[in-house]
Formats: sequence, C-alpha cells, structure tokens
Amino acid sequence: MPATLLSYAGQALAYALFALAIGVFANWPPYRWLGSDQALLRLSFSHPGKVSTDCRRRTPEELARMQPQMRTPLDCQRERSPVQVRVMLDGRVLVDQSYAPAGLSRDGTSSGYWRAPITAGTHDLAVTLRDDVRPGAPVYERSASLDVKPGQVVLIDFKPDQGGVVIR
Amino acid sequence: MPPRGERWVRAAERALDRAFGPAANPLRQLGALSFWMLWIVVASGFWIYALYETSVDGAYASVQAMTDRQPLAAGLMRSLHRYASDALIALALLHLLREALLGRFRAFRWFTWVSGVPLLPVAIASGVVGYWMVWDQRAQVIGVVLFEWFAWLPGFGVGLVRNFVDPEAISDRFFSLLAFAHIGLPLLLLLGCWAHLLRLVQPQTQPVRTLAVGSALMLAVLSLAWPARSLPPADLAAWPPQTAIDWFTLGVLPLADIAPRVTWVATSALTLVLLAMPWWPSRRVALPAAVVDPAHCNGCTLCLADCPYGAIQMVPHADGRAGARMARVSAELCAACGICVGACPSATPLRRGAPFATGIDLPQRPLAALRERLDRALETLAPGTARVVVLGCDCAAHLDDGATGAVMLSAPCAANWPPVFVEYALRQGADGVLVTGCPPADCAYRLGARWTERRLAGERRPHLRAQVPRERVRLHWALREDKEGLARALDNFRRELAARTHDQAAQTEH
Repeated sequence: MPATLLSYAGQALAYALFALAIGVFANWPPYRWLGSDQALLRLSFSHPGKVSTDCRRRTPEELARMQPQMRTPLDCQRERSPVQVRVMLDGRVLVDQSYAPAGLSRDGTSSGYWRAPITAGTHDLAVTLRDDVRPGAPVYERSASLDVKPGQVVLIDFKPDQGGVVIR
Repeated sequence: MPPRGERWVRAAERALDRAFGPAANPLRQLGALSFWMLWIVVASGFWIYALYETSVDGAYASVQAMTDRQPLAAGLMRSLHRYASDALIALALLHLLREALLGRFRAFRWFTWVSGVPLLPVAIASGVVGYWMVWDQRAQVIGVVLFEWFAWLPGFGVGLVRNFVDPEAISDRFFSLLAFAHIGLPLLLLLGCWAHLLRLVQPQTQPVRTLAVGSALMLAVLSLAWPARSLPPADLAAWPPQTAIDWFTLGVLPLADIAPRVTWVATSALTLVLLAMPWWPSRRVALPAAVVDPAHCNGCTLCLADCPYGAIQMVPHADGRAGARMARVSAELCAACGICVGACPSATPLRRGAPFATGIDLPQRPLAALRERLDRALETLAPGTARVVVLGCDCAAHLDDGATGAVMLSAPCAANWPPVFVEYALRQGADGVLVTGCPPADCAYRLGARWTERRLAGERRPHLRAQVPRERVRLHWALREDKEGLARALDNFRRELAARTHDQAAQTEH
C-alpha cells in the first residue's frame, strides 16, 4: 500500500478512536444512584425556630433609665431555638439531629437536608420536629404507613401553614 | 536522556507523525484544537439557543424537539454542541498533561501555566450548566448532587439543594438564569483564554486546516451516528435508579455522591498542586536572560519582532540621543532561547578586524564563543571531503560524535544562529551548511524554526544574503529522537555537494 494511503488510513484510525472515546464516555458507563429495589427518603426543611428565651417585661425603673425612643416594654433576645428533628423508619432512628439557626446572632432560619436510600415496600415512618427549646413547648409529629415503589421519592418537609410536618 | 514523561510524549508523537506528519500532528496542536472545539461549541450553541425555551414546561420539550423534528439541522447541532464540548475538555486535559510531562510550566512559562489551569474547571462548569438546561432526569440529579456537594463548603448551606426538592421551587426564571450562566461561563472562558495567551507572541489559536476539517468531520460523523438524546423528563417526585453520565463533564458527580468531603479535598489538592507546579524544586538550572549591549544596539526592533514571549521592549537609548531607542529585556519573561540574538543585525562574525560584538547576547553562550568553536571545528575537518557544518539546536536531534565529514555546533535554538553565520562558515571553508532544529510545529521555543526558515528563505530580516549559494545550504528539521533522519539528511547533502564538486571539476577540465 502506498505511503500516502497508509497515512490516510492512520489518520482515519486516529479520528475514529478519538471519536469512539468521546462517544462512549459521553454516555457510558451509566452511574447507578439507587439499587433497583430502592427508593429515596428525603428530609428537607427551612424553618425559623422560636425565640429561645421568653421575653421579659421591663420594670418602670428600667424604662425610666432608657432614652424615650428606646422604651419598649418587652426585653426579647434575638437568638432562636435550633430545630430538632427525629426520623424513625420501622422503629429505627435514621435522623436525630439538631439544626442550628443561621446568622452570627443565631437569629436566622434553620435549614436541614438529608437523603438516604430505603428499600421499596411497606414502611412505617414517624417524624418529630421540635422548634422550641423551652420546656413544655409543643412538638410537631407525623407518622404514616407508606407503600413505597422503587425509584419513588418520599419527602419529609415542614410547613407550619399545612399543619407542621408534611410527608409526601 | 530526557525525563520519562517527555519520552512518553515523544513516543506518542512519533506514532502520530507517521499518520499526520509533524506539521499536522494533533498532539502538537492540542491548544489550537481546543480553541477550534470552542468555536464549534459557540457556533452550534447559537443555533440551538435560538430554539431553546427558557421555561419549566418548554425547556425539555424544546430540546427534545430539536432531535426529533430536525435531526439533520438543530438535532445535529445539538449533538455537535455536546460532543465538541466533550472534545474540548478531553483536548484541554491532554494539552495540560503534555505540557506537564514536557516540563513546560516553569520559569518564564509560569503565568501561561497558572492562567491555563483554571480554564478546565470553567469549561466543565459551562458543560454542567448545559446539561441542566435539558431538564431531564440527568439534569435533576446534577442539581441535587452538585448542590449537596457544594453544601459541604462554608457559606453555601443546603438552601440551594432545596430548589430541587419541591417542584414548586422551580420556576421559568430558573431556566433564564441557566441560559445566562451558559452564556456567561463561556465568556469567562474566553477571557481566561485571553489571559492564558497574554505572554505569547503570535499564539497558535487555529489548528492547521487539515486538522480543523478532519476534526469537524469526525464530530459530524459521530453526531449523526450517535445523536445526543435526552433522558426522560425531570420529575422531582422520583429519583432515577441510574442515569447515563457524560464522564468528561459530569465525572466528578459520582465521586461527590459517594464521598463529598473526600472529593472536595482531592479536587482542591489537585488544583493547588497544579497551580504550584511552576515553583516546585527542580534540578533544571534557570538560564540567565539575554543581555543588551547599548553600544551595539541601534534600536532596529528585529529582536522585539522575533521574541516568542514578548520579553523585549524598546526604551529610550542609554546614550541619550534624541529619538534613539534600544532594546530592553524583561528577565522574568526571557526564555534564554537566543532567538533575539539570531535576529540582531549587529551579530556578524564577518568583521574579523574588530572585536566580535552584538547588540544582544546570551551571557551563558555568547556568540563570540560560538564563532570560536566554529573556527576550531572547521580546522578539524579534513579538506576535500564535502565538509559540512551542522548548525543545530539543543532541543533537537544531534549527530553522533565522529560523524564523517561534518561537525555539529549546537545553540539553544536554531534561530539563535544569525543567518550570517551560515555565510561565515562557507567563507571559512565549509562546503555546505546544514541548519537543523525542532520541526516548526514542535519548536521548543515556539517560533524559532519558523523564523529560521523565513530568514534563510530571505523572507524575514535578518536575511541570508542573496549572494550565498543556496545549493550549499540545507535546512532539515529533526526531533531529538530522530538522529537517523538527521544522519541520512547529512549523507544526502554531502553526496550532493560531492557530486556538484565533481561536476564543477569536470567542467573546469573541459
């Protein structure tokens, strides 16, 4: 075979190999995010906890010592309670965590995110959420019996206007 | 012997030289090919952007319609866009690897290296955003896994991930934002490319035509044979058990999914190591920069025009003459290649009466010393044997010691030899001069071979004078490993010289 033809064949081979590498690794191998019999349990919320300490009513003497424009009757701290979340699946604790409020003064929103694969099938899910560290404060609870299909996402959220803990 | 990495690169290049030839070898044009891929990405991107709908309902459908309804128009462009992006990342990676293995990141090259390293993550980030715009299952997992990964960084938090939890969080504005980012990131990439090439004179940003056409055809064939397709549309209520992954663009995501913290540590460490490479301890000795002699610099600017790294500026002349200028070398930019010395018209060895002088010179290898070596070398050659002086460069092939009828002198670069040295060697009794060095596509100092070719051809100053008989001058490019090729070229040249001498003798007898 003449040298020119050989060099063209070599070029074609080089282009073909490069194209093959691009084509193959642009699509393959696929990455498996979940097992074929698994679903996904997700916790995601963003919620400001309650102010962590009760407001104190200032005495008349205290108010008198203050500048007139500063005389607010209640003395309230800014710091908010961390949001404590506990997730149990079939009696097993998956999440038991306290999410701190954002901000330097700890007066912002607490945000939480977590995900884990679970086996598809029937599960009992129980979630408790506490957004107030003061004794006797209410605790939000929700439990549900779920029939989870493979690939399904079960989402735990917190929406006070929808009754608190939401399981979808 | 060159380092192992350099030998690997050279072996791969030699293999491709057989198919493409040295001038069109893609391994020597990886940077230019990366640029070419970028232009294909931009051109195809304009096309598909015109058909893209920036809305929750329209994004997926509009992209899918390109493939389904216009397979040979927008569909082809979509595939070209994807594959050219992947090729850009692959070629840029190879470019980085090649320069690293060749040790081309130290000293005067530090800025080009450091400014090149961040271009790769920017190109990858642009590709990630592009995959997002399709809004299929792959886009969905990209959003979640990427922002979960970023949540490990201080200041990011989990707020961004929450955008991919609830379908209500995704709005049309999100896709406008993606389109903005997908245009902004390539612009940032172009800005980075500009910085990357800032210290290079006449950077090669276009591959040779055969490579440009060949690579574009390759992508077109790939796009037709294996069109880019979307996965099923994104559904935040479900999580795909597995997805196809574009490993060029999205390769970090599975790692981030498995071990986010380790992936951050690994990618950060790799980036820092790459950025710090120019300052790693090395056994290579930094050569001193070229030095200007104001007494012999007439401000002709030829060295300024020829310096491949922009290391020379013209400044007011030290002698204070009004309007007179002289060259000044920025030591931190100087490669000590000596191309400026070869460009200096003052550098003539022909004026034997006066002490040898040149306007600009290399302190470690002055031209005067090269002339002395040339004089001594000529004395060692036996007369009447087609005596050839080989003017070579340190980076290219060298003759074995004891080559018959020839003596080789080496300079840092072939262009370090002023053309007048060729004439000088012939005047001093050489029958021929063979100039050799790295091939133009692989010149260690970028432009040395090109300038040498043009100087000897009389196309670039300083010229080889017209009176020099061209049949006694030969130019042959040979890579460091191609000793045999250089030896063959020398043998052929010597035979031609001997035959010519024989013919001339016969004519004289008649």
